[in-house]
Amino acid sequence: MKKDLIVSIKDLAFGYAERQIHRKINMNFHRGKVVAIMGGSGCGKTTILRLIGGQIKPNSGQVEVDGKIVHEQGRKGIYELRRKMGMLFQHGALFSDLSVYENVAFPIREHTDLNEAVIKDLVLMKLNAVGLRGAHNLMPTELSGGMARRVALARAVALDPDIIMYDEPFAGLDPISMGVICDLIRTLNDALGATSIIVTHDVTETFAFADYIYFIADGIVAAEGSPSDLKKSQLPFVKQFIHSEKDGPVPFHYQANEYISDLGL
Amino acid sequence: MITFFENIGRGLRLKITRLGAATRLFFTIISYSSESFKRFNLTIREIYFTGVLSLIIIIVSAFFVGMVLGLQGYYTLQKYGSSEAIGVLVALALVRELGPVVTALLFAGRAGTAITAEIGLMKATEQLSAMEMMAVSPVARIVAPRFWAGIITMPLLASIFSMVGIIGGYVVAVPIIGVDEGAFWSQMQANVDFSYDIVNGFIKSLVFGIACTIIALFEGYDAPPTAEGVSRATTRTVVTSSLAVLGLDFVLTSFMLTV
Repeated sequence: MKKDLIVSIKDLAFGYAERQIHRKINMNFHRGKVVAIMGGSGCGKTTILRLIGGQIKPNSGQVEVDGKIVHEQGRKGIYELRRKMGMLFQHGALFSDLSVYENVAFPIREHTDLNEAVIKDLVLMKLNAVGLRGAHNLMPTELSGGMARRVALARAVALDPDIIMYDEPFAGLDPISMGVICDLIRTLNDALGATSIIVTHDVTETFAFADYIYFIADGIVAAEGSPSDLKKSQLPFVKQFIHSEKDGPVPFHYQANEYISDLGL
Repeated sequence: MITFFENIGRGLRLKITRLGAATRLFFTIISYSSESFKRFNLTIREIYFTGVLSLIIIIVSAFFVGMVLGLQGYYTLQKYGSSEAIGVLVALALVRELGPVVTALLFAGRAGTAITAEIGLMKATEQLSAMEMMAVSPVARIVAPRFWAGIITMPLLASIFSMVGIIGGYVVAVPIIGVDEGAFWSQMQANVDFSYDIVNGFIKSLVFGIACTIIALFEGYDAPPTAEGVSRATTRTVVTSSLAVLGLDFVLTSFMLTV
């Protein structure tokens, strides 16, 4: 029997010498759910994905994936855990020297001994799921931004991962591509029985399909809940974020000296 | 004044840190090499990119260097009435010095920069991170094959350089100037020693291969993931490799001449 809780983050603190990013983060991700992590630019959303993937280590606290504490794993242990994960990077991060087909085949070739005929079937099935079976011969440079992201998604789910992480999947996409990606995230998550963790700041799309949302601000989880709960939230930060208000708890101006003194008046 | 010394200290510390990081990368590559040897086709592919595609520049440069050596050598030697020794002069200059050194300089400019730019851009476009997240080590998959390709390629290119250079010297000395063909080749055969001259040249090109490749790989792997970062790293590859080759050449030559 698999545990329902697949990723849990406990009292996580992380920062670089010059800047503290997370002070105390607690989050839980359950199987089969689509969970979004939202917050302003630079609040450390992507860093959480990197911590889950074990690319960086926390200063204190821990990230547990499938019952294992990530930062306590050696290289082999981390690689074992990563085989359960798929990640979609912000701009796809497709290997530019490989064709669409070879990009999707890459993780399969690296981690299995399947013969070429099976690999071909698997790759075409994954590409078909994202609607790009016909593009398998193209090179990444021949794809539009939305197509590249879909190919990267096919590659991320090539080995049927338990956890799929998305780093800003909607950034820079046109509304049609955005709708396609939204739909694919939900469909793939439900078809694979996976857990999706989405880092984003696109309110409309995320509120439409996520099961649960975490808001990060000032290094802590400022708010959490289902989209319907958060829509009703009276917290100033959540209201400012959801309604795209220019000023509020997150100030419009970056910390600066007095305006008058800067102008020398 | 204190700021001046502070800056020197900071710069020096940065250089030492980078040297340490490059050394660590070198040992990481060695430790991952067995993994990359299992799929030697990746290394062969890199040998094609760094070696076969460098052939044109190596052959053309070698031919001209050989011809210039022939001209300059003849001009000086004929003053002493020993123009037949032109073959020896051309061969020794190429096998012992110019072959390994000029090849390494050309390699740094052509293949080294390509390696740095490619790895730097892969880092900037998150391809290396993507590989890491797929539980595939970028060092085993990307870096190690390029390293071994560089080491295998450099001595081969250097020997091709020397060979073509000798042909260039021959073309100028024998058909054009009219030096006796028999003397040209026989003096060369008699005076170029295999274990002393050719093996030493080979050792040099092997060391240059390690130096140039590790510098190119490290600069790419360490490059800040921005356009400016990659462009600076590429420039540093050429500058550092060239200086390293010339410095190492002096050290190696002094060892080789005294042994």
